[in-house]
Amino acid sequence: MAEFRMPSLGADMEAGTLVQWLVKPGDRVKHGDIIAVVETQKGAIEIESFQTGQIEKFLVDVGTKVPVGTPLAEIRAESEAKPAAAAAVPPPPKAPAEKPAPAAPPPVQAPVRPPSPPPVAPPTPVAAGARTSPAARRLAEERGIDLSTITGSGPQGAITYADVERRLGAPAAVPEKKRAPAAAPEKKRAPALNLYAMRTAIAAAMARSKREIPHYYLEHQVDVTPCEQWLAQKNATLPPDARLLIGVLALKAVALAARRFPAFNGFYRDNKFEPSEAVHVGVAIAIRGGGLTAPALHDVDRLTLDELMARMRDLIQRTRAGRIRSSEIADPTITVSSLGERGVEALYGIIYPPQVAIVGFGKVVVRPWVIDGAIGPRSVVTMTLAADHRVSDGHAGALFLAEIGRLLQEPDKL
Amino acid sequence: MQQQIARSGTLEMTYREAVKQAIRDAIKRDERVFLMGEDVGRYGGCYAVSKGLLDEFGPERIRDTPLSESGFTGAGIGAAMAGLRPIVEVMTVNFSLLALDQIVNTAATVRHMSGNQFGVPVVIRMATGAGKQLAAQHSHSLEGWYAHIPGIKVLAPATLEDARGMLWTALQDPDPVLIFENVMLYNMSGKLAADAGPVDIDKAAVRRPGRDISLITYGGSLWKTLEAATTLAGEGIEAEVIDLRSLRPLDDATIMASVGKTRRAVVIDEGWRSGSLAAEVGMRIVEQAFWSLDGPLGRVCSEEVPIPYPAHLENAAIPQADKIVAAAKAALSKA
Repeated sequence: MAEFRMPSLGADMEAGTLVQWLVKPGDRVKHGDIIAVVETQKGAIEIESFQTGQIEKFLVDVGTKVPVGTPLAEIRAESEAKPAAAAAVPPPPKAPAEKPAPAAPPPVQAPVRPPSPPPVAPPTPVAAGARTSPAARRLAEERGIDLSTITGSGPQGAITYADVERRLGAPAAVPEKKRAPAAAPEKKRAPALNLYAMRTAIAAAMARSKREIPHYYLEHQVDVTPCEQWLAQKNATLPPDARLLIGVLALKAVALAARRFPAFNGFYRDNKFEPSEAVHVGVAIAIRGGGLTAPALHDVDRLTLDELMARMRDLIQRTRAGRIRSSEIADPTITVSSLGERGVEALYGIIYPPQVAIVGFGKVVVRPWVIDGAIGPRSVVTMTLAADHRVSDGHAGALFLAEIGRLLQEPDKL
Repeated sequence: MQQQIARSGTLEMTYREAVKQAIRDAIKRDERVFLMGEDVGRYGGCYAVSKGLLDEFGPERIRDTPLSESGFTGAGIGAAMAGLRPIVEVMTVNFSLLALDQIVNTAATVRHMSGNQFGVPVVIRMATGAGKQLAAQHSHSLEGWYAHIPGIKVLAPATLEDARGMLWTALQDPDPVLIFENVMLYNMSGKLAADAGPVDIDKAAVRRPGRDISLITYGGSLWKTLEAATTLAGEGIEAEVIDLRSLRPLDDATIMASVGKTRRAVVIDEGWRSGSLAAEVGMRIVEQAFWSLDGPLGRVCSEEVPIPYPAHLENAAIPQADKIVAAAKAALSKA
């Protein structure tokens, strides 16, 4: 029996709130299926399963906030027998539950908080869509009441405010002692994105980066006229929704260069660098209303430009809608940031720990440029690199940036 | 002298008389104020509100106009822009449709269109509502339409205090204010403090406190709602009755405070249901107080038919206390 646990979606995450199950006990799931939605400081994240099997039972109620690593559900592997049938058989060895995420080690959990109190009734989780009035829902959440333990007295069994009050055994006017810490009232539930929480998360990550990572910065100007010419030709044949943006070429070039220069692709953890085989490029995406996140595009070095464009569109849309998947949040191996047409020619990034490098692209500007001994107008972009000096030196950084520039001279080979 | 004596007591008077006293007071206090409209002078007003005022103040201040709503409403707007403080009486909301262009296209927009060079401090009063067997063309309740328009304020005095007190405050407003007087209220009699004076025009009022459900209404429906609340109290349901008083702007704070307490709400509005002011109030509750709600919102509006002439059909077409009681119980799942 495997446990599906609250994953760590970044080194700064300590706990998450289970918002929704997208499966029910008895459902078959396979590796990669999205089975739950968890709310974190980064917004509502869709969580993928790392096991293949059948959902045996849920261990945590919707609405509960639990520390990273807390088992959320049991998943029975295909090969495992049902316990009833296995009565005579020695109990299956308690295999140490697989770590669900390839993500960060469980963060230092200061005082270990108990998960929510075990449900009193057998876990018949409130079926999705069970009728509960908004006022009842909020009261239950504030007081840590499991709605599945309440019988509704409203129309068609709807749970009303009075039903929750009865369950509390006291009129609402009498303040009740808080129950388990897990039930502590949270800030008012924000919808998918909580920009205040996101700002707090950005503050924590960036402050940690500047505190721990000795950054060095390099800058390199590249003639991207070949990219523009190639794109104009290529896009002329494509329908508008499939046209490529220059940013896609930049992403691909960074990914290919990162494969050749592994010192910029991976994680610095526990005082040592772990280079990554895969190249998952985090894409910095601004959130309307003020916020920033950098979810990953996976295996960018192995995608065609068309695939990459489609995935980037999808990722940006989902991110702005507040629906990012857990793997996208947890595992970028390098980040690319671009302020696009927003007007600046260069940006100097702050590395997102535990990564070791961030590449920045300014806007494309037309500049006088010397080509073959003559001056002509060319489209030029300023690339920057901020890298971790514990892992690499300026010399390697220069080669890395130059390699990106070289790759951008031959866009047809990207 | 008279004032001092008055301070100590209350006077028995009608809503009609309260409106008249408000007009008299305004004309006396501010020389820029005058009343104009159809039959307001010699005839004394269609609903006898201005009876006797022509004799008291003369034709400069009490002006009979031709039967031309667009013309005299426009004249009132122009007078206001030029510095006077006209009170334009449109006989009923039904005829105000002829002045709609002046009200919506001119009065409501001039401040904006002139880059803030001109304001229109006009007050336009009109009767509204059904219940007098005047048939479909003379029984409209279109105040909710006017409440849709930015640039004007829309008031619905339901009590003697408000009938007496809203006019002066409205005249102080630098922009157009429409006052809707429900036809069924003119004969209503009650006690009014002898020294009653101006009242605020931007707050809703809790007319009856209660803990179980909020009944939100205005104008002529207020009294039917209060009657319903009394009936409900007899069955152990304590309804809180909110009088909106101002339909534009709406006093969201008072509404939400009440719904936050009672967790349930029914809106009573003599306008037709579709696209009604009741719809606006209900939507605001969902937007601002969703997590306080413990049951579905309800509405009692007019049936979506032309208001009928026969008394029994007319009564059936518009909100009545029994319908309000039923809607409140439904919202409480006690139907």
